[in-house]
Amino acid sequence: MSRRFIVFVAGFVALVTLPYWMPGVYYLNVSSQILYYAVFALGLNILAGYGGLVSLGHAGLFGIAAYAIGYMLQAGYGHPVAILTALVGGMASMALYAVLSLRATGIGFIMITLALGQIIWGLAYRWISITGGDNGINLHGRPHPFGFAINSPVAFYYTTLVVFLLALASVAVFVRSPLGAALMGTRDQPRRMTALGYHVWAIRFWACMFSGLLTAISGVLFVYYTQFISPQALDLTASAEVLLMVISGGAGTLFGPIVGAALVIVVKSVVSGFIERWNMLLGAIFVVIVILMPEGLVPGTTRLWRLARRKAGARASRKTELEAASKAEAKP
Amino acid sequence: MTFWLLLTVNSITFGGLLFLLAAGFSLIFGLMRIPNLTHGSLFMLGAYFGATFAGGMLAITFNFWIAVLMATILVAIFGTVIERFLLRQLPGQQMAQVLVTLGISFIVADFCLMVWGGDPVRVDTPESLTGFIRYGPLVFPHYRLAVIVIAAVATVALWLLLDRTRLGAMIRAGVDDPDMARVVGIRVSQLFTIVFALGAGLAAFAGIIGAPILSVYPGLDQDMLPLALVVVILGGSGSLLGSFVGSIIIGFIYNFGQALLPELSYFVLFLPMLVVLIVRPQGLFGRFVP
Amino acid sequence: MSRKITRRKFMATTAAGAALATTFKFPTPAIAQGAPFKLGLLTVKTGGLAQGGIQMEQGVLTWLKEHGNKMAGRNVEFFSADTGGKPAGTKTKAQELIERDKVDVILGPLAAFELLAIDDYIEQHKTPTLSLAGADDLTQRRPNPYFLRPSACSSQAMHVMGHYAAKEMGKKKAITIDWDFAFGYEQEGGFQAAFEKDGGCVVKKLWTPLGTPDYTPYIAQIADCDVVCQGFPGGVPLRFLKQYANFGLKYPLVTGETGGDDALLHSFGDEAVGQISCCPYTLDLDTDGNKRFIAAIQKQFNVVPGFYAAGLYVNCDVVEAGLKAAGGTTDNKEKFMAALKAVDLKDTPRGPIKFDHLGNVVGDFYVRVCEKRPNAPYGLKLWNKTVKTYKDVSQFWTWPEKEFLAHPVYSRDYPPLKKC
Repeated sequence: MSRRFIVFVAGFVALVTLPYWMPGVYYLNVSSQILYYAVFALGLNILAGYGGLVSLGHAGLFGIAAYAIGYMLQAGYGHPVAILTALVGGMASMALYAVLSLRATGIGFIMITLALGQIIWGLAYRWISITGGDNGINLHGRPHPFGFAINSPVAFYYTTLVVFLLALASVAVFVRSPLGAALMGTRDQPRRMTALGYHVWAIRFWACMFSGLLTAISGVLFVYYTQFISPQALDLTASAEVLLMVISGGAGTLFGPIVGAALVIVVKSVVSGFIERWNMLLGAIFVVIVILMPEGLVPGTTRLWRLARRKAGARASRKTELEAASKAEAKP
Repeated sequence: MTFWLLLTVNSITFGGLLFLLAAGFSLIFGLMRIPNLTHGSLFMLGAYFGATFAGGMLAITFNFWIAVLMATILVAIFGTVIERFLLRQLPGQQMAQVLVTLGISFIVADFCLMVWGGDPVRVDTPESLTGFIRYGPLVFPHYRLAVIVIAAVATVALWLLLDRTRLGAMIRAGVDDPDMARVVGIRVSQLFTIVFALGAGLAAFAGIIGAPILSVYPGLDQDMLPLALVVVILGGSGSLLGSFVGSIIIGFIYNFGQALLPELSYFVLFLPMLVVLIVRPQGLFGRFVP
Repeated sequence: MSRKITRRKFMATTAAGAALATTFKFPTPAIAQGAPFKLGLLTVKTGGLAQGGIQMEQGVLTWLKEHGNKMAGRNVEFFSADTGGKPAGTKTKAQELIERDKVDVILGPLAAFELLAIDDYIEQHKTPTLSLAGADDLTQRRPNPYFLRPSACSSQAMHVMGHYAAKEMGKKKAITIDWDFAFGYEQEGGFQAAFEKDGGCVVKKLWTPLGTPDYTPYIAQIADCDVVCQGFPGGVPLRFLKQYANFGLKYPLVTGETGGDDALLHSFGDEAVGQISCCPYTLDLDTDGNKRFIAAIQKQFNVVPGFYAAGLYVNCDVVEAGLKAAGGTTDNKEKFMAALKAVDLKDTPRGPIKFDHLGNVVGDFYVRVCEKRPNAPYGLKLWNKTVKTYKDVSQFWTWPEKEFLAHPVYSRDYPPLKKC
């Protein structure tokens, strides 16, 4: 049994039994938040981490899915229809996003996505007949997947956990698939990929769609958790925040975004209760991460751990070498 | 008639202010390929420092222009520190650059809130420039006209720097091809530090010059940064002319767009930027496609 | 720096208490007389809304210090939560206060959109909430039985302002300018309704996007009127007034409680002189209650209080009065809420107050004019001098309640502009 496998199993068990060892409903709710933000970060990571396409407008897509739920429920439709609309609508918006943004790469892509995100934010404020403007839309109640009510925090946590695990599994499958490999190829060597005959634009487009699906799912979970949606959820700082989750945790890794999401949510929701200057603390944490582990927390910790073990191993083997050498010398 | 004239003059003023803000960003991005997301915070920091020196918060009240100089130098030093100790370790790693510049902007914003509090800070217009000119029904404040002059002087100074000095030639070489520049013996990392300090100083300069018009308040950084980004994208990175033209255009769009199309006031800036990005990704005068 | 010590002390005590309670899962005992009264505050201490948020907390801390940290004889455990100004954060912090800290009452939040995010939640948990957030409908067409507003709803002060501008100032044509969001709509809607009721006419309504640094494109459109009504929140009035004066505009300015807030007096310059504002609180109210409040906050924080600090201080007065009336216990939530609604105080810093059946305040509103006063108290150079006091103003102004509620809530297009 490899160490990695043990860690995974332990993590899985911890997550599944969380409501039993988490001290209090409040922290259970924070854990639910971490999980759906992790899904959001996983979605952005597909593009930013594996695709090399940094998007500063993802909160817009997140918001579209959330508003779709709010609007459909307010209009009297049931939850299944609302969720379907949110997912389809989210992905349709993502398709439009992709078509517009993929005309550029690098900072051009960043700027186009930023502009699109800001436009959607503006629409959320001004299209009052649909979005309610800054009064937002209030939700009443949560859906009943397979007949179970998920209004209680514990039930909602397990629903979010299931969705999260499915999302994580799908990302793992994607990364190991030919499409995932091709996507990473377009990130590292776009011209070579084109020369080899890959349709770079199409690969990126389908990556965008996958990212859009995960983002829409996280938006749905968000709005069902908070029971409210308003334009603040899609502004520039929201987009920047999810990007920071991805980068600080480790872009282009499977577990990086999850750790990043946990970091930001814990500082924002829990640490902010104890430290008044939590914003400064968060900024300082980011700076420290960049100094010590610029590739992100997950790959950085792995690297430092390996370094420490290698050093310890080198020291140990040098010690035994010296001992053997001195023994050999001592022997007449 | 008054309306058009007033907005035209204000477009040039606002454009001038934006140029001061965006020129620094454009240089940094053009030379170092770093999207300096701290730029808005540096603008705000410069404004707060200037307000402190000129506003009587300390034991001595400095003359406005001296305060401007002091604020600019202080923030330029801060910029040097950031570049030397943080950004220099991350050549080419765009993700890490985004993370560190955003992290620093959080720290600076919270620091300003901690030191100067939540109330807005007013900066008095310098004595010599209070008052306005009247031209029939048109009234225009002296200070805003002065901003046009200041921005013009700064533009010329920067242009002379880039076009007529050795340093400028090295910077332009670095923007066009950093690797070749190194090959011919240009100390590119030293250049980076100078340019980052220059950019930071320009941002602070813009902040304190703009303060008598905009005042200084928490959130100023987030209001100004998107404008800088829009100018740089529109005008093209690494090009001073691009930043200049871009600022003027954005100044006009900002003023006339909001006045004539109030329904679209949120989109008035980002739609043109989107159009330019899609049609001509390098911007109007960009020296490279970012 | 005494403020820092006080807050840290609260933080430490409550953090330790909360950590202990949650780690060891102490069963919550039936709240006995000796058990502390738990007061929660949802405020904004970071980001753009921090200005009002910090003042809100100062108001509460001043009250607690002045009253020896006791309410109705019980010790107070105070929990202050920073929502960051985002509704999702407000929801999280509300959950923290209600589910983790088990507060008895929530003060705040600051913004209307924050309050709307937790509207259902506080009703579900039957936690009385006293907020400054102006959202009209929360005490009108969508009332929340657990919500109480001792300050004012968004349109309340502006109704008075509109009436004053038409009747007392004799103005006939107004232009309104405000941020393009609900608080703006409700303020200007209220102004327009009252102004037009008394014979005036609103010529133009200008809406600026949130976070605009330069208001010139809108100022350029102000012409052909005889009064301008602004309702900007936070620190915005500072730059708006400056930019307005810079362009030599001479139309008199009128505003509501945020546009002329006393807390901004030390930041304003000469451009604010002559602005007329209507506010539920005024610094120059010469009553014992106000004098004591100002002395206490000056002593503790060395600041000049305004609408936000005074509002939260008054909220604390109401909570204590309600707690006393309910017999010092909050075990019966409905009884506590009813006691809160029945509160009728005579000497709060904002004067006498009571509540209507929907939970909104009925109280005095003060119309003040800003004047130059080089030797004003508290080191100020400007002073908002009360010129008229309107007593017992309700949220419906002079309209009958039924008629008022039959109209839709004030919005961007309501009341509609008519031909002047």
